[in-house]
Amino acid sequence: MENRRITDHPILDFSEGEVIPFTFDGKPMEGRSGDTIASALHANGVKVLGYHFKTKRPRGFYCAIGNCSSCLMVVNGQSNVRTCTEPLLPGMKVETQIDRGVPDDV
Amino acid sequence: MMYETDLVVIGGGPAGLMAANTAAGAGASVLLLERDRHLGGQLIKQTHKFFGSEKQHASERGIDIAALLGDELKSLEDRVTVWTHATAVGLYDDGVITVDYDGTYRKVRPKRIVAATGASEKFLSFPNNDLPGIYGAGAVQTMMNVYGLRPGKRVLMIGAGNIGLIVSYQLLQAGVSVAAVVEGLPQIGGYAVHASKIRRAGVPILTSHTIVRADGKESVESAVIAEIGSDWKVVRGSEQTIPCDVICISVGLTPLTELLWQAGCEMRYIPALGGYVPARSDRLETTVPGIYVAGDAAGIEEASAAMVEGHLAGLEAALSLGCGGDGCEEERADCLKQLSSLRSGPTAEKIRAGLSCAHGCQTPKRRDEHA
Ligand SMILES: Cc1cc2nc3c(=O)[nH]c(=O)nc-3n(C[C@H](O)[C@H](O)[C@H](O)COP(=O)(O)OP(=O)(O)OC[C@H]3O[C@@H](n4cnc5c(N)ncnc54)[C@H](O)[C@@H]3O)c2cc1C
Ligand code: FES
Repeated sequence: MENRRITDHPILDFSEGEVIPFTFDGKPMEGRSGDTIASALHANGVKVLGYHFKTKRPRGFYCAIGNCSSCLMVVNGQSNVRTCTEPLLPGMKVETQIDRGVPDDV
Repeated sequence: MMYETDLVVIGGGPAGLMAANTAAGAGASVLLLERDRHLGGQLIKQTHKFFGSEKQHASERGIDIAALLGDELKSLEDRVTVWTHATAVGLYDDGVITVDYDGTYRKVRPKRIVAATGASEKFLSFPNNDLPGIYGAGAVQTMMNVYGLRPGKRVLMIGAGNIGLIVSYQLLQAGVSVAAVVEGLPQIGGYAVHASKIRRAGVPILTSHTIVRADGKESVESAVIAEIGSDWKVVRGSEQTIPCDVICISVGLTPLTELLWQAGCEMRYIPALGGYVPARSDRLETTVPGIYVAGDAAGIEEASAAMVEGHLAGLEAALSLGCGGDGCEEERADCLKQLSSLRSGPTAEKIRAGLSCAHGCQTPKRRDEHA
């Protein structure tokens, strides 16, 4: 797989952070401390984060700062999580979102 | 429970940080709200050195300026409270701000507000523009400079303004190839220094060109670009296919002003400032008494102007509360002088024209203001 982590940069130093295990659609994956869910998926080569609820066209992230809602996924059973700003935590269960999602239990 | 404070600053970018520092320095109690987990706004992904004068920390890198402003804030700890991962979601008639603070719902009632929410990226319409692999320039910069990730292998950049040019250069620095920079206008919008840096690296800048469509199954595999005439129509037969796995959109920013709309501020559509902006006095108070605006939320400019506007808005908010002491008049005059010098060059002509439409409103008297 293509390695997307930058190890050699003229200005910035990206030292290897702590490994954070999580799953994506049941598949085990690894992120690094400091990752958001979307950045960890990107590092693992995942581009499609969901499918539009009506047209079923694939969606990826767009703004990466929480403005556009293009990166919504199901995380630990909760739908519509903005994965581009949500920090990755060990053991997270991340899933592709294919519909509008269901409200949380209130 | 209602949280009460003198001033709430919404947004922890350069404008908001300066506003918080200045108001707290003048003696006001301040609550700074930042949606993100860290302060700094756009600065935290800017690895290049800035233009401007020394007062606005020119020739330092954006990331270092963010750290500097953050340190200043820490030294004012007894008067400034910082909530990160805190999004202001509503701004109501009675002056109450509702906040989603780390998953909990909070209410805040400040005496004054500085809105420094920054901007969001504009989008471009073309067939298949929703394919994964099409990212905003800010997103590409965030991926590279905050998370240390290459966005892909080969990028097609759309837009040759400063952001498009700078991000192209940063892509090259991160070892990503840039197929071309495509610009619709007949000339490059950004500074010549940035353009020549990427040209020297062998990246073509194609002016009078546009993207016709993106192609790919589950994500971008290629793009079709073409030449356009002065009527912005595609010149027939000029289409060419560019293999790429990322298309980066850098066609400008638009102020983030939802909260100001909700608060009932008078908004004016001023294309030169990026879209709808609040009408305000030259002291940055909007038409709703006690609500000030600063930075990109007031109109798209640069970090240097955002910092000075933040300084001025923070100062005005503090002064209106009776804070501040000797020297405030000079401080205000100095801010106004810095702003007019930043906006003096020929490249700032558009900004000057835009601002003349945004300024010149009368803020009604505050309820708590004594004659
Ligand atoms: C690639 C690039 C290169 C640039 N280069 C230069 C340069 O060389 N020189 C220069 O002077 N300028 C440069 N700029 C411009 C500069 O970065 C911006 O003008 C500046 O950051 C604007 O500051 P701001 O504080 O208004 O907004 P921002 O930096 O965008 O900060 C706004 C903050 O508000 C937060 N926020 C938004 N809504 C809410 C809410 N509801 N609740 C809580 N928080 C919220 C956001 O998360 C953000 O942190 C560049 C910009 C880019 C993208
Ligand atoms: S990518 Fe825009 S909100 Fe996440």
